[in-house]
Amino acid sequence: MRAMEKNALLQVIGLTTYFFAFRRTRIVKAVDNVSFEVKAGDRLALIGESGCGKSTVAASLLRVLPPSGETVGGKVLFEGEDLLQKSNKEMNQVRGRKIAMILQDPMMSLDPVFTIGEQIGETLERHTDLHGDSLIHRIKDLLLAVRIPEPERRIKQWPHEMSGGMRQRIVGAIAISCEPKLLICDEATTNLDVTIQLQYLNLLKELQKNTGVTLVFITHNLGIVAELCESVIVMYAGKIVERAPVMDVFDSPAHPYTKALLDAAFGLQDLRKRRPIPGEPPNLANLPPGCSFNPRCMYADDRCREEEPPEIPLAPGRSAKCWYPVKD
Amino acid sequence: MKRYIIRRFIFGVIVVWIVSVMIFLATRIGPDPALMIASPGADEAELNSIRERFGLNEPLPVQYFIFIKKVLQADFGESIYYGLPVAEILWQRLPASLMLVGTAKFISLSFGILAGVLAARRRTGFTNNLLRWFSFLGLSMPNFWIAMLLILIFSVQLKLLPTGGYGTFWHLLMPAFSLGWYFSAGYTRLTESSLLQVLNSEYIKLCRVKGLTELSVVGKHALKNALIPVVTLAGMNIVLMISGAVAVEMVFAWPGLGLLMYHGAIYRDFNVVQAVILFISAMMVFMNLVVDILYAYLDPRIRYD
Amino acid sequence: MESEAWKWIKEIWRRVPKVAVIILLVLIVTGIGADFLALHDPEIGDPRQRLLPPAWEAGGKWTYPLGTDTMGRDVLSRLIYGSRVSLLVAFAAVIIAGCLGTFLGLMAGFFGGWVDQVIMRFTDSWLSIPTVMFGVLMAVILGPGVWNIVIILGGTFWSRYARVVRGETLSLKTRDFVQLAKIAGCGKARIIWKHILPNVFNSVITLSSLQIGIVIVVEASLTFLGVGVPPPKPAWGLMLSEGRGGLLAGYWWLIIFPGVAIALLVTSFNVIGDWLRRYLDPFYRNID
Repeated sequence: MRAMEKNALLQVIGLTTYFFAFRRTRIVKAVDNVSFEVKAGDRLALIGESGCGKSTVAASLLRVLPPSGETVGGKVLFEGEDLLQKSNKEMNQVRGRKIAMILQDPMMSLDPVFTIGEQIGETLERHTDLHGDSLIHRIKDLLLAVRIPEPERRIKQWPHEMSGGMRQRIVGAIAISCEPKLLICDEATTNLDVTIQLQYLNLLKELQKNTGVTLVFITHNLGIVAELCESVIVMYAGKIVERAPVMDVFDSPAHPYTKALLDAAFGLQDLRKRRPIPGEPPNLANLPPGCSFNPRCMYADDRCREEEPPEIPLAPGRSAKCWYPVKD
Repeated sequence: MKRYIIRRFIFGVIVVWIVSVMIFLATRIGPDPALMIASPGADEAELNSIRERFGLNEPLPVQYFIFIKKVLQADFGESIYYGLPVAEILWQRLPASLMLVGTAKFISLSFGILAGVLAARRRTGFTNNLLRWFSFLGLSMPNFWIAMLLILIFSVQLKLLPTGGYGTFWHLLMPAFSLGWYFSAGYTRLTESSLLQVLNSEYIKLCRVKGLTELSVVGKHALKNALIPVVTLAGMNIVLMISGAVAVEMVFAWPGLGLLMYHGAIYRDFNVVQAVILFISAMMVFMNLVVDILYAYLDPRIRYD
Repeated sequence: MESEAWKWIKEIWRRVPKVAVIILLVLIVTGIGADFLALHDPEIGDPRQRLLPPAWEAGGKWTYPLGTDTMGRDVLSRLIYGSRVSLLVAFAAVIIAGCLGTFLGLMAGFFGGWVDQVIMRFTDSWLSIPTVMFGVLMAVILGPGVWNIVIILGGTFWSRYARVVRGETLSLKTRDFVQLAKIAGCGKARIIWKHILPNVFNSVITLSSLQIGIVIVVEASLTFLGVGVPPPKPAWGLMLSEGRGGLLAGYWWLIIFPGVAIALLVTSFNVIGDWLRRYLDPFYRNID
């Protein structure tokens, strides 16, 4: 236990975040008792469909939830300190500096009335001692690191003068500018064209290799995960339903939801056999009793509908939150 | 961008031209203009000489042509009342109007933006409601009534401020406030909705994620984006203020364009009236153009259209 | 058991901004029933009773609850009759402006092309003319009179309607049901009347309720300046201009009460108009 704590960069213990609507009469359980660990140098993928809570986990870590959201329980230990206990001022020393995040929508992530140089520069000015020429030098280096040519010209340009792919690289540059320990990519490639997606993933791979930053990659697209990550956490309805090394997830998914995800995307090597997951996405304000996935699960029985399963360990580094994990 | 400006400029010219036609016609319809200009009880000979003097016997298009020609040479004719060229009088009165409007704009903007920011940050609360009601109130009271109320309180009861006239800062205070109050409601509402929208945007979220201080996030990024429409509204309101100042100027005997026009109308000094209205309309069109350019300057996205 | 109409009324009552509606109804009712409610003749005063303060002040009398003016006329009675004048002028002006503006807006939006350009330039010019100043000019030319002022006001405010209606018509024109009507061979007039007009109606109503307040204030301004409703008719603007002389002497009731009346009337219209805007506009309905 001690040894693990020493290595663990990030330990999330029992994180629970709710959204409150209609003057707190309606409670949306976006994240429910989520626990996981990330060690320095890890590359973790957080997978699930829209609304499963993965982005909310990230927002909860950095404490940038929208006003209706509130983290009501749990601990987030980063380098041994609980982030949930820190003041906003202290968090501002963590954000951008120790933990960085790349957001989903490159077209909207950059402030339209400030130049690229100003936006990268202000992060550096905030967290480092750089200024003047050394600052500009560093900005140019960063732009080159994210494969943006002609950095002198780009520094003076406005966000709207750049394509989506380029803007996302700028966001990436901002993220790595202060040499963070942990980089969270919240659906970083989702809004990019497919070809640009691959380029961007390669960029992330390269950056990760060069800087050794710990990566948490959030997405709903299983296909790109294998490229970048070594372990996977699957989320559904605000809970973690499976954990596994990446190849195990593809070879032998344990949780029916994971299996259904793979079927939906790849259809057992025959694209014609792709099947969408039946049923509706879960209503996080009104979850069914028992296992949250039971309405859409083809293996569900009465036990699934009555008792919520715990996470059952299957092998070292593998577990599934299911009474009847699929075994191969 | 350049084409856009040129196109707007041409439209502006057309609009001003239409206004000139309308103004011209307005002063020519209704009873015989000669009757209006002459003193009551004038006989036919006198009326005829007036008609000769002002070219009223010519057919209308000719009269209009002469009118336009003179206007383009900045000759608005002579004021019957003052005996001076109207252009000169306009020029003399302009600073007073600008000072009044400038101060009123400053007051209404500061208050309006402040109230809007507070309203956006705290959706409910006592101060919030109070400010909102204050703005609302400004919309429903005629500015000259506010003026009289202020005089009643500050000049008559408290004997703090002068009842009217022009000269010092203290003379400026009440008129500017009376004029400005009405407009602060618009700024409050616009700032509030604009800021709310901006605060929910992705780039603000990224600013927070970057670890910038709350002051930087709101004061630097959010406000700069949110205030763009407010600034453009302020520009457009300037002319509304000048024209709405008539009654306020009268109550305080403030020597601005409004009072000038009013006296001109009462004393049938049509050259003055025509000139003021035409001048203000032209200013309005010009201000709209300036506002458009300003908008493009503030929001880089617009520049490359 | 309850009749449909009654249920409908109760439902509406539940949602409207009650205070504003009550104030408005009171002012309208007093305006209509002025002949019965007023204690004194609003135009002829008793010079022996001039400049009495309101009843609760020293020297006031309860027969003249809000005091009297320089000519001995009862302030309260003038207020009551004045609401009739203000409401009449405002409604008439808004109706004229609304009809004219809607018509031009429909033409511009529906036919497009040069019709649109001409109407829009014309509208723009009208919008850049300073309202009060123009009102003063026209009032001086046309002479005094209630109907003159109505026409002037109506003729000044139509431009905002034209703008809004044009915008709405433009977006409605491309909608499916209009295209279908065209394909079905409906004549243009019929399309405008049956399909487009009902849909712009909501916006026109909302705009009207917001405009009335402005019209009332502009009318009061023009009357105050002496170019609106002519004396001796009891108009609030006149009460204010006549009361102005007494300001320095401290006859506060001459201007406070008419001003409060204007403020109340305009505020209730604004509140109702704001509520209408939120109620009729589906976007806003979902926010609160």
